[in-house]
Amino acid sequence: MTFFEKIICVFTTQKYFNAILSGLKTTVCITFFSVCIGLVIGTGVAFVKVSQKYIRSVKWLQPICDAYIAVIRGTPLALQLFIMAFAVLAIRDFPLEITAIITFGINSGAYIGENLRAGIQSVDVGQIEAGQSLGLKYGTIMFRVVLPQAVKNVIPAIGNELIALLKETSIVSMVGLIDLTFAAKIIGAGKNMSDYLVPMLVVACFYLAIVYLITLAILIVEKRLSKQCKDGSVKTAKQPAKGKDGCRI
Amino acid sequence: MNEKEKTGTPVLRVESLCKSFGHTSVIDDVTENVYEGEIVVVVGPSGSGKSTFLRSLNLLETPTKGDVYFEGSKISDKKTLDYCRKQIGMVFQQFNLFNNMTVKDNITFAPVCLLKQKLKSQKRFNRKAKLKNTILSLFHSKKAKTPLIEYEFSSLRQIKDYANESALTLLRRIGLEEKADCYPSTLSGGQKQRVAIARSLALNPKVMLFDEPTSALDPEMIREVLDLIKEVVSEGMTMVIVTHEMRFAQQVASRVIFFDGGKIVEENTPQEFFNNPKNERLKEFLSKLKE
Repeated sequence: MTFFEKIICVFTTQKYFNAILSGLKTTVCITFFSVCIGLVIGTGVAFVKVSQKYIRSVKWLQPICDAYIAVIRGTPLALQLFIMAFAVLAIRDFPLEITAIITFGINSGAYIGENLRAGIQSVDVGQIEAGQSLGLKYGTIMFRVVLPQAVKNVIPAIGNELIALLKETSIVSMVGLIDLTFAAKIIGAGKNMSDYLVPMLVVACFYLAIVYLITLAILIVEKRLSKQCKDGSVKTAKQPAKGKDGCRI
Repeated sequence: MNEKEKTGTPVLRVESLCKSFGHTSVIDDVTENVYEGEIVVVVGPSGSGKSTFLRSLNLLETPTKGDVYFEGSKISDKKTLDYCRKQIGMVFQQFNLFNNMTVKDNITFAPVCLLKQKLKSQKRFNRKAKLKNTILSLFHSKKAKTPLIEYEFSSLRQIKDYANESALTLLRRIGLEEKADCYPSTLSGGQKQRVAIARSLALNPKVMLFDEPTSALDPEMIREVLDLIKEVVSEGMTMVIVTHEMRFAQQVASRVIFFDGGKIVEENTPQEFFNNPKNERLKEFLSKLKE
């Protein structure tokens, strides 16, 4: 079989293609749900880290968040996965996918939290002060005024994190979960195709395609958000009448 | 300061206010009263603490010592703080419009939020009262029933309609009606500042604080903003204005305060203040302006 025939073989053989598809499903599922968890945790962490000046009751949460970020960022992800899979969540019949989602979610929460914190702190303090001077509650100001602006700033960073997470999910094969990478390895094994290169290349293309899609999606979101705020395109624009630019002198 | 104004309780009462950042003292034991209808203009060199003084008036800066009272209630009290801030409008040097909202949303945001809060708490109160009343009637108690609160607005829709309408009225007043659906980044500085003033006015405050409202604007825009402020002045609003516009100060002020080194060095009527300054530092300050 030539190289190209082998590539076609990977796609046409039902067994191989199904393995790749189910691997793809696992990878995408784990990435998607962990980013969701990560966003929730990250928002919480970022909120605690920027709010202590304004809300006294979150002060005791601060050391917890610090410790969380230090531990998560200071230990290898593979190790975290092992601890979760073989120690903390080593329950009989507990689905490994869920374990992986929880682990990656907790992991990305730390990174997203730091990104979001930077984004929130990049928003002018004046926005908070303006809200306060109007008698609004801190939570309202945070979630309706500051966060929407912060999100715009951190979309690129979050996209980065999303891409990194997608690729990092490949280590779930270490606990025996069949994701895209592991599927390639199985297909390439001796009793199947006995050629590692072709399935690996095919899977690499899959990863590339997903990452490309994510990049594209992020670009679109970014553009849309910046359009909304910057060039101020008007929702229901009435053309301003001439000589009436709003000066009342 | 005529004697008539001095009677009655002051709207804002500042009592031996001190503020220091680390070891540098910015405000040093300032006691001051602002009475209803008064236009107090605060002038002084940069770094004299006048902005900090103004920001302390609605607790954007927490005083190190001393207190500020709004109509007799202490504003550093958590329970009354939000109420006080609602009654005290503030306009900033950097406008601080909410960048993620249109001009109209900027103006309606606070009223809608606050009315929503009020409605929510009223509804909660009514639910409790109803429950209490039913229990009382079950036991045929002779205790008086708790009267229910009548809602000013019964639904979010009504609140929004009301806020939108008053926002449009305000925008018409400042002459920016056609900019209602634009984002702040498309406005000029003067327009932004006028919207910021409208945003404060939307809550019908009793006092307005202006923190150098024209310092970030070019001369043309300064005029449109000052004209708007004058218009608000003519409606009898109580104001505290920090500014470097001496002519404007002379025109609108009912009392001028000179700040230097964190202290009130001189305070007087505008005529006396500008034509017959007593303090040496103030004389120096004013002479530099005339050059």
